[in-house]
Amino acid sequence: MRIDCKHVWEHISSYIEGDVDPVLRAEIDEHLETCEICSAVLDSTRNVVVLVADDRVFELPAGFSERLHARIDEELERSGG
Amino acid sequence: MTSPNAESESEKIRRILGGEKELFHELIRPCERSIYFLLLSILKNDAEAEDVAQETVIKAYTNLHLFRGEAQFRTWVLSIARNEGLGRLRKLGNRREDSLDAETDEATGDYTPAILTSWREIPSEALEQKELGELIRAAVGRLPEIYRNIVILRDIEEMDIRETAAALGISEGAVKVRLHRARAMLQKELAPQMKAFAPKRKGLFGGRA
Repeated sequence: MRIDCKHVWEHISSYIEGDVDPVLRAEIDEHLETCEICSAVLDSTRNVVVLVADDRVFELPAGFSERLHARIDEELERSGG
Repeated sequence: MTSPNAESESEKIRRILGGEKELFHELIRPCERSIYFLLLSILKNDAEAEDVAQETVIKAYTNLHLFRGEAQFRTWVLSIARNEGLGRLRKLGNRREDSLDAETDEATGDYTPAILTSWREIPSEALEQKELGELIRAAVGRLPEIYRNIVILRDIEEMDIRETAAALGISEGAVKVRLHRARAMLQKELAPQMKAFAPKRKGLFGGRA
């Protein structure tokens, strides 16, 4: 069965997750071989996911951890630790 | 999924409850980022997120005897963080607009991707340019909260679907639907803008193509 672009887009996220059944995966792969648009949508979505996950994008505020652990120490002392 | 550290985690908790309180520092360390960014997603304010993150961690410490070990420790702490974050929002009395627009999984938004015919991958080195990081943070920040929370836990903190669902108190199916929509929204907004960060190809005579 041939699937259309819209159908491919609906499954892009699961496809990236590796969470589509083998039949559907094969159909999507076949579609991707000939569809430049869906290939670009897939590649760009995957690229966005990778960049969002990069540690440099979301960084803890400077000193966050030190302040948190100082607060924990206060609590440990307070509770007789 | 059982975390490879599950055993040492429960052992650590047993020892903390047995009096080795200092071990709590080690127990909480791997959870800090997730706690902070989930709270930042809910509260959208750095100072509030940090304050509630501290409250969450103290609450986790004082209630540690209530942890049943059915979920991973991080999942349990994140559900405390979520409750504390929502509690703070109510206290502030200004639930943000995007929490009020009642986004649900039944919402029929436009989740079609940006249609591109050519795409050049943006290498992670491009993040050395701080504009790209800002662009990405802003796009994630503009997602409706129910989608942003999922992106934070699944794509940024790299938790699996099951742990994400447990931490947010929703079904795994809902996580998948929201993840799909969130990624589609991010692709739609970011992909067209990211072209500017693609590595330039050398054109003829050494110029830029």
